[in-house]
Amino acid sequence: MTARTTAPGTRAPDERTASAGPLDRLVRRPEVGALLGALLVFAFFSAVTERFLSPGGVATWLDDASTLGIVAVAVALLMVGGEFDLSAGVLTASTALVTAILSTRLGWHVWLALAASLVFALAVGALNGWLVVRTGLPSFIVTLGTFLALQGLNLGVTRLVTGTVQVSGMRSAAGYESAGFVFASTFPVGGTAFPVSVLWWVAVTVVAAVVLAHTRFGNRVFAVGGAAAAARAVGVPVRRTKVLLFTTTAGAAWLVGTIGILRFTSVQANQGVGLEFQYIVAAVIGGCLLTGGFGSAVGAALGALIFGMARQGIVYANWDSDWFQLFLGVLLLAAVLVNNALRRRAERTRR
Amino acid sequence: MTSLRTRLPRVSLALASLAVLAACTGPSAAGPPPTAGTGGARPGGDLRVAVISHGTAGDAFWNVVKNGATDAGRQLGVAVDYHSDGDPGRQATLIDNAVAQEVGGLVVSMANPDALKTSIGRAVSAGIPVVTVNSGGDRSASFGAIGHVGQDEGIAGEQAGRRLRDAGKAKLLCVIHEAGNIGLAQRCAGARAGFGGAVTDLQVDLNSPTDVASRIGGALRADPEVDAVLALNPQVAASSVRAVRGASAAAVVATFDLDADVTDAIKAGDVLFAVDQQQYEQGYLPIVLLKLYRDNANTVGGGRPVLTGPGFVDRSNVDVVAEHAERGTR
Repeated sequence: MTARTTAPGTRAPDERTASAGPLDRLVRRPEVGALLGALLVFAFFSAVTERFLSPGGVATWLDDASTLGIVAVAVALLMVGGEFDLSAGVLTASTALVTAILSTRLGWHVWLALAASLVFALAVGALNGWLVVRTGLPSFIVTLGTFLALQGLNLGVTRLVTGTVQVSGMRSAAGYESAGFVFASTFPVGGTAFPVSVLWWVAVTVVAAVVLAHTRFGNRVFAVGGAAAAARAVGVPVRRTKVLLFTTTAGAAWLVGTIGILRFTSVQANQGVGLEFQYIVAAVIGGCLLTGGFGSAVGAALGALIFGMARQGIVYANWDSDWFQLFLGVLLLAAVLVNNALRRRAERTRR
Repeated sequence: MTSLRTRLPRVSLALASLAVLAACTGPSAAGPPPTAGTGGARPGGDLRVAVISHGTAGDAFWNVVKNGATDAGRQLGVAVDYHSDGDPGRQATLIDNAVAQEVGGLVVSMANPDALKTSIGRAVSAGIPVVTVNSGGDRSASFGAIGHVGQDEGIAGEQAGRRLRDAGKAKLLCVIHEAGNIGLAQRCAGARAGFGGAVTDLQVDLNSPTDVASRIGGALRADPEVDAVLALNPQVAASSVRAVRGASAAAVVATFDLDADVTDAIKAGDVLFAVDQQQYEQGYLPIVLLKLYRDNANTVGGGRPVLTGPGFVDRSNVDVVAEHAERGTR
C-alpha cells in the first residue's frame, strides 16, 4: 500500500468517529423516554384537574411514587445486571411482618426489630442471588419460587403467631417514636406536610445513579448484564456482583416495608402481592432493557413518578375508577413504545 | 369546598380534550340551586362525596355498594366519586387524595383501621365529615367519624353457624377466599362460636375459580364427615355447590352475600341460605348521612353502628330478593 486513493476534499467523514449532535447525545440516554413521559403525564393532569398541582395534591402523588420508586431503582440496577426479582413486592410485607411481630409480640425495641428484619431481608436477597448464580436457572424461576414461599410464610407465620391475618399495635412498641421519625414522619414545605419517604426516594436514586455511572461496581453491573461471559473473561466477579445486586434489591424492599409498617402501624399478611410487576414496569419505562446491560436509576425513579402521577391523577380527574387499569395499560404501552423508538435511534447513531 | 363556578372552565376543558373518555368523566349530578349558608355545617350548594373502599376492581359485592352510593348521589343531588384499592397503604393514599381535593364528605371502608388512622385523622381535622362503612365499626367513633354503616361480622358469622347447627349439621368447612381480610377471619370465628361443632378453615384464592372448586372438592373427599360448607362470597358459593356435586358429598352449602347465581341456587335447593348484609345500604345510607349532616347537622346511630345485616335469604323470601339482586341492588 503506497498511495492514498481518496480524492482530496471529497471524502465524507467516517460516521464512526463523527461526534454526535446534542440531540443524538440526548436520545442515547436511557431515561429520556421516561422524562418525556413524565412531563407529558404531568402536563396532562395539571391541565385536566384542579387539585393535581395543589401542594396537597403534589404530596399525594409524590408519596405514591416514592414507595414504588425506592424499590424500582434497586430493581433497575438488578435488571441492568441482567436479572429479575419477582419476590421484591412480597418481601416488603415480609420485612414489615418480621418487624411488627418482633416488636409487638416479643417486645423487642423497634430499632432492634428493624435490624433483625434487615438481616432477614438481606438473607433472602443473598439466597436469591446465590441460587441464581449457583444453579444457572433463570432468575425469573428462582425468584418466583421465593415469591410463593414468602407469601406462604407471611400468612402461615402471621396466623400462627397472632391467630389472625394482620399484625397491629406498633405505635405502643418501645422506640416507635424515633424510628417513626426517621422512616415515617412528614416534613412541611410551605405549610403542606410531605412524607419523609420522598426524601428516602431521592436519596436512594442519587446513590444508585452515582454508583451505576461513576464507580467500578457500576461498570461491573453493566458488564455483567451486557455480556456475562466476556465480563468473566476479563476478571469481573460476575457472581459476587449479581449476589450483591439481589441483596441491594432486598434491602430496598426492607426500606419500603419499614416505611409502611411505621407509617400504618399495622401490616396485613397478603400485602405486597403485585408490587413486583410495578417495580419492573417502572424500571422498564425508565429505559431498562428486559435483556440487561442497559438502563438507568434516574429512569426508574421517573418511571415510578409516572406511575404515581397517573394513579393519583386519575382520582383527581374524578374518572370512574373502572377505567383506571385501562388508562394505566395504555400509558405504559405508550411509554415503552416511545422508549423503544428512542433506543433504536440511539443505537443507530452509535454505530 | 369548591363552588361549581371555579371548577367549570377546567372541567369543560377536560371534557373537550377528552372527548373519547367523556363517557367516564366528571361530576355526574348537577347540584341543587345554591342557597345561602348559615352556621358551621354549610347547608345547600354543591356537595361532593368520595367513597373509598378496600374492594378490588370488578368485585361483585363492591359493585352493589358502588351502585348504592351512585344511586343515592343521583337522587339527592350529591356528586359521588367511587375509588377502591385492596392495599391498605394505597387506600390511605386515596384518602389523602380526597382530602387534598377538599371533598365535602368522605365514606371509607375500614378493613384495616390502623393503616387508615392517620389519613382519616387528617380528613377529620380538615373538617371533612367521615362515615365508615362495612368493616371497622368498633374503631369508627374513636377515629372521629360521624357514623358507621355496616354489619358486625362476628354476629353475622355466629348466627350463620347457629342456623347450620339448628339444621342438624355437625362438621363445618369455612372457606376463606382472601388471605389477609380480617372481616372474613371474624366471620369464621363467629361461625365457630355459633356452630358449636367442629369447624375447619379452608384457604382458597378467589381469583382462580378452578382452584376454589378443586380445593373445596379435595377437602370434602379428604373428610367425608364434613356435612356443611360455609362460603363467605357468592362466587365461592357457586364453586362450593359444584364441588359438593363433583365429590358426590352430602354436605349442604350456605353462604354470605348474594348474587343472581346464589338466588337461583337457593330456589333450586342447592344453597340452604345466604347471609345478606344488604351492602347496597352501605353505599346508599352514608350519602344520606353526609347530606343530612351538612344540611341539617343530623347524626345517626347515637355513636353505635347502623347495622345493615345480617338478614337471611332462604327459600321463604328468595323470590322477592332475587328480583333486586338481578339489577345489582341486592
